Amino acid sequence: MRSGCRRCRLVALLLVVWLMGLTGSRAVGAQEEVNVYSYRNPQLLEPLFAAFTAQSGIKINSVFISKGMLERLQSEAENSPADLIFTADIGRLTDMKAAGLTQPVDSEAISNNIPAQFRDPQGHWFGLTSRARIIVTAKDRVPVGAVTRYEDLADPKWRGAICTRSGKHPYMTALIASMIAHQGHEESRKWLMGLKRNLARKPQGNDRAQVKAISQGECDIAIINHYYMALMLSDPEQLAWANSVNVIFPNQSDRGTHMNVSGMALTRHAPHRDAAVRLMAFLASDEGQKRYVDDNGEYPVTPGIPWNDLQGSWGSFKQDTISLTAVADQRAAAIRLADEVRYDH
Amino acid sequence: MDHPDQLRSGAVRSDSQPLLEVRGISCNYELERAVFDLSLTVHRGEQVCLLGPSGCGKTTVLRAIAGFHPILTGGIFINDQQVSAVGAMVPPESRRVGMVFQDHALFPHLTVRQNVAAGLSRLPEGSRGESVGEMLERMGLSHHADRFPHELSGGQQQRVALARALAPRPLLLLMDEPFSSLDQELREHMGQEVSDMLKESGTTCVMVTHDQHDAFALGDKVGVMSEGSIVQWDTPYNLYHQPSNHFVADFIGNGVFLCGEVVSPQEVSTPLGILPSDEPLIWSSQTPLEILLRPDDVVYDPAGPIQARVTSRAFQGAQLLYTLRTLEGIKLLALFPSHANFEIGDDVRVRLDVDHLVVFEHDTPLD
Amino acid sequence: MIMATLVSPTVGAAVKLRRLNRLNRWTVGAVFAALLVFIPIGSVLFLSLGDSGDVWPHLIGTALPEYVGTTLLLLLGVGVSVFLTGVTTAWLVTMCRFPGRRIFEWLLLFPLAIPAYVMAYAYTDLLEYAGPVQSSLRALFGWQSARDYFFPPVRSLGGAIMFMGLVLYPYVYLLARSAFLEQSVSVLEVSRVLGKGPWQTFKTVSFPAARPAIVVGVSLALMETLNDYGTVDFFAVYTLTAGLIDVWLGMGSLAGGAQIASSMLVFVILLIFLERMSRRHQKVYQQASSRFKTLPTYSLKGWPSALAFGLCALPVIAGFVVPVLVLGQLSIVYFDRSWTPEFKSYALNSLTLSAGAALVTLLVALFIAYARRLRGGRVLRVATRAASLGYAVPGAVLAVGILIPFAIFDNALDALMRDWFGVSSGLLLSGTVAAVTFAYVVRFLAVAVGQVESSLEKISPSVDMAARTLGFRAGQTLIRYHLPLIRAGLLTAVMVVFVDCMKELPATLLLRPFNFETLATYVYRFASDEMLGEAALGSLTIVAVGLLPVAFLSRMISRSRQLYPSPSTGDA
Repeated sequence: MRSGCRRCRLVALLLVVWLMGLTGSRAVGAQEEVNVYSYRNPQLLEPLFAAFTAQSGIKINSVFISKGMLERLQSEAENSPADLIFTADIGRLTDMKAAGLTQPVDSEAISNNIPAQFRDPQGHWFGLTSRARIIVTAKDRVPVGAVTRYEDLADPKWRGAICTRSGKHPYMTALIASMIAHQGHEESRKWLMGLKRNLARKPQGNDRAQVKAISQGECDIAIINHYYMALMLSDPEQLAWANSVNVIFPNQSDRGTHMNVSGMALTRHAPHRDAAVRLMAFLASDEGQKRYVDDNGEYPVTPGIPWNDLQGSWGSFKQDTISLTAVADQRAAAIRLADEVRYDH
Repeated sequence: MDHPDQLRSGAVRSDSQPLLEVRGISCNYELERAVFDLSLTVHRGEQVCLLGPSGCGKTTVLRAIAGFHPILTGGIFINDQQVSAVGAMVPPESRRVGMVFQDHALFPHLTVRQNVAAGLSRLPEGSRGESVGEMLERMGLSHHADRFPHELSGGQQQRVALARALAPRPLLLLMDEPFSSLDQELREHMGQEVSDMLKESGTTCVMVTHDQHDAFALGDKVGVMSEGSIVQWDTPYNLYHQPSNHFVADFIGNGVFLCGEVVSPQEVSTPLGILPSDEPLIWSSQTPLEILLRPDDVVYDPAGPIQARVTSRAFQGAQLLYTLRTLEGIKLLALFPSHANFEIGDDVRVRLDVDHLVVFEHDTPLD
Repeated sequence: MIMATLVSPTVGAAVKLRRLNRLNRWTVGAVFAALLVFIPIGSVLFLSLGDSGDVWPHLIGTALPEYVGTTLLLLLGVGVSVFLTGVTTAWLVTMCRFPGRRIFEWLLLFPLAIPAYVMAYAYTDLLEYAGPVQSSLRALFGWQSARDYFFPPVRSLGGAIMFMGLVLYPYVYLLARSAFLEQSVSVLEVSRVLGKGPWQTFKTVSFPAARPAIVVGVSLALMETLNDYGTVDFFAVYTLTAGLIDVWLGMGSLAGGAQIASSMLVFVILLIFLERMSRRHQKVYQQASSRFKTLPTYSLKGWPSALAFGLCALPVIAGFVVPVLVLGQLSIVYFDRSWTPEFKSYALNSLTLSAGAALVTLLVALFIAYARRLRGGRVLRVATRAASLGYAVPGAVLAVGILIPFAIFDNALDALMRDWFGVSSGLLLSGTVAAVTFAYVVRFLAVAVGQVESSLEKISPSVDMAARTLGFRAGQTLIRYHLPLIRAGLLTAVMVVFVDCMKELPATLLLRPFNFETLATYVYRFASDEMLGEAALGSLTIVAVGLLPVAFLSRMISRSRQLYPSPSTGDA
């Protein structure tokens, strides 16, 4: 049977050759390179990649995929060209691990630089940067000290004053999930209901858009990721928006500010494993971490990396140290909660 | 006109072999049986016509001959070569048939010359031009050779269509209602012209039409079709004068049916009197019959035995076609010379002058 | 006498009986092509058989009623909007004479060039709280904050209806206009002789006759609406499409998402059915058209003329001029940041990919439509309709439907190659331009098939028979005699598909290869990060390229009365 169909083999061979010609498929075993599937906007990663290529000579091919990356990896299976996955939040990292699409990396260079709370215990994923989910308030309309905790946002006195992005965006989902992990389901539900009642408008836009809305007087309080402040301060047109708000790191008196990570994972069938691990090590190195801080305004995960000026001006703050996996475990519950209180509607 | 008997026997063409033979074919049209066990034979050089009301299946037969329609029984042979069998057929492009359509189906983006040359693509350039030139000449289209179809009159388009179909010298020419898009006058003229041309060139031709004038102008033989079958296959003369059944008698020409019954082998009684038969009647006495009366069987005679009142009249040049109603209430059609002029409501006297009595057993209800 | 040679004694040896299979080469090819195109839809249906856990009980208790309700409202709103705009403008420019009518005839098509999501970006920038309109209003009236006055929110269901209506009404306009044009002149004349006014004539004669065409236009617009994700996502309007993305990505239930997608197909099948029915009626109504007479028109003077002008100008200004001005202004401000060498290569990617996909789509459509003409039959009809469903499946879902079977094929082939030759062939189709092209073909085949079919229908079947009896095989007939006649229709089809490919976003995003951007993905990556300024130049380029086919369509329109001179109308 196996040797029987000589013609079948010929047909298959011709088909392969034809398809290769037709699709301009990659030649097998080309130069040293790393293939990246990314959830993160390419403009955030490109400068880092360029620095790595300049240093190592390894070429990086990337594709920004906002929807369906998991299905793409799953269906490509062991032939997938992807070596590395980049995500902008914890949930997608744990999803990838749960789907069996990642493999552990055991590299001292990496694990020495990334503290345990920011990586998977088995080494399936690594946080690269951390970002604080902060509260911003209108300088001229909200007195300093009026809001100090996430819980304050459910206070009826802020009726019609708050803006956020969609309750089902991963950043919001992680915040709600951390609330569930800390306060339990019922408390979180009451909180989210209260927050929803206080919204000035239907959730829309991204975090940047919420600050813009405050600067234009549409609302007074918003929840955003901290680095958007840096991004806006570097844009001449958006500087005014950023300057119209005060930054609050919530829950300093108790559990600390909710933190999320952007991260990376090595795919299970990575064809360029060694080169990929070198890229991972580069991003976890002091140099890579410093670039993240300087270019994107994110917090480094490596201790001892100097903060940028803006971060320095905000000063140190208490971070919520709950394990990221514990937060990720509550994601499904968080999304359901958002549906139940009809947060987006 | 040839003597009918001579034509009917087919003796004139006894030497020629059949060019087209359709043997017992059946076809479906949109899942319904449209043609039932139909056979016909066309000899080389013969022009035949399938005549019938719309929906009788005549176009389906034509399409089957051309190779556009599969057959479910029987076979079709052109030049002794089977071209259609059950479950197999020669594609239309290999059959060497030419076809002319009701809408002419000229290629609107090509000039007259290019249209006529369309079927000659296998010829070398030079002889192609020659053939086309000859054909245009013969059709009187030389002056219009570089015009486009929409710049031509209906009759000219008709000629281009014919020229295009004939240019590749087909074994068999098929025409589907070729004159029905022309107006009445042009139609009669074209009918004659085309008939002459085909006869002259000895082209074998099958035409289908619902118009008996077209059929009679062109067909050496005419097959009258009804509900998917040929009910009579005969010369135009015989179809008119010796229809083989009620349907043909009714469909071809004008006329009325009288009720009657056999009184003797030579005579039939009708409400308008006893009529003699030229041939012995095959039915026994008192068999109920229908008798066909053509308008020319009813003759104006001031001394005639039948009195009738004019209910309508239609001027036809040399003659007038009257519709009459007898005292008994029987409707008659009569053709009088123009000088015997009557108004509606006038009473006239007529007699019946029947050369050849056409009778059918009374099995279908009358009109 | 030359006639002697007319009778050929023998038939050449080429005459052979050919076995008649129920499926000839054309049918087999067409069914195969249709099946291939159906694969993604089939795999979505297959995915929907999977276990979605307790997604449904949760959904029904929470968001599903909203998804369904919003979808219905959106469809209703867009339907009414495109109907009113399209029919009114079409009637005015064909039946009335007023200043500017000739220009409006083609200007009214321009909004077709603007992707709905670009429209949404532009108007958001203009009308949102921080935008120039509200800012000036506040400055003018001294309002301090949003609480001092009411301004309808841009990012809302109403906004979605309004902006989608503005870019989709040209479908109705286009079809209604040609239906009005093809109406029998004599019937209109009779109506006027009987003393009926314009409104009466419209109500009793023009509208009923054009109704089938109008229904076709509206149902096309509604399919586009149902499929849209870019706009509703940006406006935070929760339709079924948005819902299925949420179930899939938020709740991680691909099966649940596929189930919503499959239930959406019911809507679509209904719309397709409606469209098909209407096309059939259209044939009946437009049979007796005489293209060479000019329509009797109403000359408008004074205020009716001004009103007609205003009614036609409004959709052009709102649907084209304003968004283009907004994008133009943003492009100028952000030009240095946008006009990069990469931008040019992205534009080139878009152009070549879309052109290639449009050509492939056209070829497949032509093959299928011609096979149906050669040999109808239910099998082929069902296959064609099934293949057309891709038009209405949301792009992201369709992309997953392509991803999975392509990868299965690649992996199976790879396994074979390893087994037989010890060589790995890797992924041949997945993650290549071929996969993206295939997605475009699946997505837009329906558009091309519809166009090719209606062009072919205008050719009398006797032309085919004439060509065949003149010795041409079916394929030769198509190439020599049909293609020249339907050239205009084919060009229209290829153009429309081309523009649709240029605009396509979600499938491109998921299926494209490494380091590959099109204008649409480039625009998206900025717009999704609220950087409209950087996205403006790309958007404007998409619009500019989209104008090509629109300009072409306009030219067709102005010549439409002489497009297919039928032989029988030229009697001297």
